[in-house]
Amino acid sequence: MSDRSRDHVLRSLRAATAGMTPVALPERSFTGVRFADVEAQFAKSVAEVGGRCIFAEDAALESTLLQLPAYAAAKRVLSRVPGLARANVERAELRAPRETWNIDFCVLPGELGVAENGAVWVVEAGFSHRAAWFLAEHMALVVPARKLVHNMHEAYERIELGSAGFATFVSGPSKTADIEQSLVIGAQGPRSCTVLVTRGPA
Amino acid sequence: MEHPEHVKHPEHVEHPDRAAAFVANGERLQWHDKSLWFVREKRDRASGVIPEWEELRALAAGIKAHTLSRLADYLEAFEAKATALGAHVHFARDAEEHNRIVHELLARRGITRVVKSKSMLTEQCGLNHHLEAHGIEVIDTDLGERIVQLRHEPPSHIVMPAIHLKKEEIGDLFHDALGGAQGISDPKALTEMARGHLRDKLLGAQAGITGVNFAVAETGGFVVCTNEGNADLGTALPRLHIACMGVEKIIPRAKDLGVFLRLLARSATGQPVTAYSSHFHGPRQGGELHIVIVDHGRSTILGREHYRRTLQCIRCGACMNTCPVYRRSGGHSYGVTVPGPLGAVLAPHVDPAKHRSLPFASTLCGSCTDVCPVKIDLHEQLLLWRGDLGRQKLVPLKKRMASRVAGWILVRTWAYLLLGSIARWFIPKLPKALAQHRWNDWGRQRELPPAPKETFRELYAKRRRTSGKAK
Ligand code: SF4
Repeated sequence: MSDRSRDHVLRSLRAATAGMTPVALPERSFTGVRFADVEAQFAKSVAEVGGRCIFAEDAALESTLLQLPAYAAAKRVLSRVPGLARANVERAELRAPRETWNIDFCVLPGELGVAENGAVWVVEAGFSHRAAWFLAEHMALVVPARKLVHNMHEAYERIELGSAGFATFVSGPSKTADIEQSLVIGAQGPRSCTVLVTRGPA
Repeated sequence: MEHPEHVKHPEHVEHPDRAAAFVANGERLQWHDKSLWFVREKRDRASGVIPEWEELRALAAGIKAHTLSRLADYLEAFEAKATALGAHVHFARDAEEHNRIVHELLARRGITRVVKSKSMLTEQCGLNHHLEAHGIEVIDTDLGERIVQLRHEPPSHIVMPAIHLKKEEIGDLFHDALGGAQGISDPKALTEMARGHLRDKLLGAQAGITGVNFAVAETGGFVVCTNEGNADLGTALPRLHIACMGVEKIIPRAKDLGVFLRLLARSATGQPVTAYSSHFHGPRQGGELHIVIVDHGRSTILGREHYRRTLQCIRCGACMNTCPVYRRSGGHSYGVTVPGPLGAVLAPHVDPAKHRSLPFASTLCGSCTDVCPVKIDLHEQLLLWRGDLGRQKLVPLKKRMASRVAGWILVRTWAYLLLGSIARWFIPKLPKALAQHRWNDWGRQRELPPAPKETFRELYAKRRRTSGKAK
């Protein structure tokens, strides 16, 4: 039955395009917008989408985070960035995704950051409780400065898709403007999104 | 396809009649118009900062046109890759089959509580009603969608489903439906109320249904864009994820996502990108992923050479925000799931008689075409439909006669000039009772403009004479 539908749909689509002159797949002929100062533009974009961007030394990660009242006050902290003393939620203790509902702060590594829109690429890679990323009250993303790119075209040149899993571009905190177009931060997911751009020791 | 004049179409309601109540409330009309224009201006600013915006649009249109020419091949490639990643791919010929597939997936697992993230396709298929009729609770999780769901009405816009409602109305609704305090109208407080309510529903859901913004043939995965993170929560919590997509959602390569993600949110809301652009490749650990690919009339449109470009649409809603008729008549006046210029060119494919008034709900100003990120020639499609519907005798006799008379005059310069001078003499003397007579649809809501002393022609000729002398 479902095979019949499959064939029917594909056959209808083929019949519909049978007489069509072939259309070539175009290639991009431009590089995409580029910025004189990619770091400054990234920080500006993050602020524009309702987030906050802080530059920090690799070693000063935790002390930088502690400047955030939400982090300082957080009781349950889940981190996928190693070495944070306040991280106290063990992955092993979370058996089902919904057990992540009471996490106050979630820290995730970002694979790259995009200057044109403040988006950070976050990959699941084996960790099944991605519900925590969205249920946590607050979120921080950690991206090395050398992993900032100018635009989305560059981002996709560096990203590897296709291996099983979930990955997302996060651009600022969860938000909505569904009520009279007034922007409200903290719709269903995190109420804040801080991006820490780190520079390793020279 | 001939529809004789005397055939009555029972469910048929003309766009102007549906719009009447909305138009009657002048204050609300102004407010609605301004709200949408505000979004349109945000779109202008967001696209203006991208120097290569026009090249980007051309590239997107080219990629989509190519994909449409080989749609079946790309779908097969997608199916193979997605299956290899552990997803189950289903094909549905129409809405009924789509609904049946989704219901069976749920019923077989004994599922009775489902959360959904916004999807125009499932809306179009009437999925909620179908599932609810089988005793399954369906909660729309997008805030705007949830608001209209609680009001038991359809969305009035494809991106901003509750754009037609004032915050006080939403406050009243939340008071009645969610037990909120009375008299709350602050958007922040209302959103907070919805946050608590929706999180409860998300935590208790047994399955999550999402739409698909882009499916990638090359990788077998797909992308869902939201600002609230509701698609992410709705698929990370329950074990079962069902993604529903129209056949036209496919794009060839992963790198094409760079093109479309740059266009989508900027065109839709003026944001540089949505808060979450989530890429799903295969089911989550210990979970199940089913992808339902739906035709539901799309192959018919694909087969119509002059109309097939409408399938390039990425559902950004920009054409609605800019349309002077949409802004002043409201989304519900179209009587279809997808309103505005896009809806007006899609709906007649399904039932030309029923939706015959929609292609006339346009000034043909071309603004929709100008903002469309994938360069669909919307205003030309609208004009095309007017001709086609006229030939099918689906245009009301009065309108057809008027067009015929106008057409006869416009091709005869002498008749046009003569009528013009008669009108300039005659119109200022026209009694109001006649100009705004109930038989004159156009005049009813309008004051007559003062007639110009000189015609454009006369002015032009005079200018030519004077500038000629100067040389
Ligand atoms: S037709 Fe164009 S402008 Fe309208 S929703 Fe589709 S992509 Fe957007």
